[in-house]
Amino acid sequence: MTTITNKSMLDNIVSTGKKSTRDGYGAGLHEVGKQNPEVVALCADLIGSLKIQEFIKEFPERFFQVGVAEANMMGIAAGLSIAGKIPYTGTFANFSTGRVYDQIRQSIAYSNKNVKICASHAGLSLGEDGATHQILEDIGLMKMLPGFTVINPCDYNQTKAATIAIAEHYGPVYLRFGRPGWPVFTPENQKFEIGKALMMSEGTDVSIFATGHLVWNAVEAAKELVKEGISCELINIHTIKPLDEEAILESVGKTKCVVTAEEHQRNGGLGDSIAQLLARKMPSPIEYVAVNDSFGESGPPMELLDKYGLGSSDVVKAVKNVLKRK
Amino acid sequence: MADIQKLQQIASQVRRDIIRQTHYATCGHPGASLGCADFLTALYFDVMEHDPSFNMKGEGEDVFFLSNGHISPLWYSILSRSGYFDVNELATFRKINSRLQGHPAIDEGLPGVRVASGSLGQGLSVAIGTALAKKLNNDDKLVYVLTGDGELQEGQNWEAIMFAAHRKVDNLIATVDWNGQQIDGPSDEVMSLGDLPAKWASFGWEVIQMNGNDMEEVVSTIYKAKGLTGNGKPVVILMKTEMGFGVDFMQGTHKWHGVAPNAEQTETALAQLEETLGDYVYSD
Repeated sequence: MTTITNKSMLDNIVSTGKKSTRDGYGAGLHEVGKQNPEVVALCADLIGSLKIQEFIKEFPERFFQVGVAEANMMGIAAGLSIAGKIPYTGTFANFSTGRVYDQIRQSIAYSNKNVKICASHAGLSLGEDGATHQILEDIGLMKMLPGFTVINPCDYNQTKAATIAIAEHYGPVYLRFGRPGWPVFTPENQKFEIGKALMMSEGTDVSIFATGHLVWNAVEAAKELVKEGISCELINIHTIKPLDEEAILESVGKTKCVVTAEEHQRNGGLGDSIAQLLARKMPSPIEYVAVNDSFGESGPPMELLDKYGLGSSDVVKAVKNVLKRK
Repeated sequence: MADIQKLQQIASQVRRDIIRQTHYATCGHPGASLGCADFLTALYFDVMEHDPSFNMKGEGEDVFFLSNGHISPLWYSILSRSGYFDVNELATFRKINSRLQGHPAIDEGLPGVRVASGSLGQGLSVAIGTALAKKLNNDDKLVYVLTGDGELQEGQNWEAIMFAAHRKVDNLIATVDWNGQQIDGPSDEVMSLGDLPAKWASFGWEVIQMNGNDMEEVVSTIYKAKGLTGNGKPVVILMKTEMGFGVDFMQGTHKWHGVAPNAEQTETALAQLEETLGDYVYSD
């Protein structure tokens, strides 16, 4: 193994407590609502779950409750954007994507509308509601739409920053976040740059590209691996589309092997995006930490992530496997 | 006071445009395009306050959405004849690299179109969104949307219909092309809409009906609908039309929903429609 270079950067990544990324969304929406009078919000009977009460309290005339009618919500959002509003839709991620795919495709994506689809409770960590609600295909669905920006922030602070930043970007955005309390480990009041990969910890033996909740699991994995003399370069890919190809290739050019980590199916997510890039530009061994073509089930979030191979120990295993293939 | 005769003349030319566009493209949807020609002529050439120099936001003007996007030949003719783009561009309908896509789109930058349509059931929701924005912007102009009747079989419409009444979107006038026909046959045989006026009324809308192929009745009814806006209820016009109206062999059948006339049929059709504003130039 090569020289350990990243221990101090890794040591500086610590959790300051637990807050959900959906709370970050609610805080971000309230903040961006104050900053930008064109921001309006919609919700499909899930105000409490989406944590948007503060926005509604302060800007009631800029909030539209649509009831359990997500297709209508997407169309209304498109119509609001035509007249110059910046609509943030709000429901669970499964109802924000598969359920209304054609509405998004025609009225928003193909029509290039400035709509922000804000999708909560994504992934297995949704927990006990079970597989009907645990969408694991949404990154795939949304990245395949031309013109869409797809973002999966890693913690409360990053989600809040992303929610604010997407108002400045013209074009449709898919913003995905989750239900449970989750470690907060990125800086408060950070500036969020769409499409820019974030170096969490430099290293030389393997590039770990993680997104969303799995960034924290990758941090924990990297801390374990460092004890065994394995130097991980850990990069937070909060924007799956557009992908920061330059940053990814620079890292892989150095380390020569890759692990990707996401709360999503192995098919069609971050791993596939990076594999596609590498296949075109820099073929390299790659191991995926992702759900292996399966639906989820009811259970406590952390146990589900472990059961379906998304725990920090799974990231450790993936790193060791890919190192053997170098 | 509307000049009914002038509007009828315009509608005649619009019908010629529809026949020629679909014929030269060898595909497209002439049936309902012909059926709705009187309505859209009245809307664009008399009732609506709109600006052909076209601004996407539609601030300070009435805005129209076509939800049943397959009747694009009608809308393209109306838009060009009312000054949104050059009439001769109609010759590019459905051709590659054209702004006149088979179903209306905005990514080619065609003036007059604000959202893509064609996959049915979505336009009413979009229209509601723009109507809501107009209220937020203190813009007192109206939003119009046209849907098909078969299109109302799409459930999303009923989400929108429920919402508009609940939220009192009273700056919105929806119109339904109630021709009783769809691809697989008469609507009553395919999937009956039942008592359509009662349905809309029970959802909380102001409902009026009209003969959509009588220009005088069309004009007066749309103005009547305008008069009903601003009273806390969205308004719907249930418009009885004949698919293929104006061309005798296209009327009384669902056959011409999505079939283009061949050369002989085109000649026969054009002989029944007076050329009033000048045909656009077409060459292969």
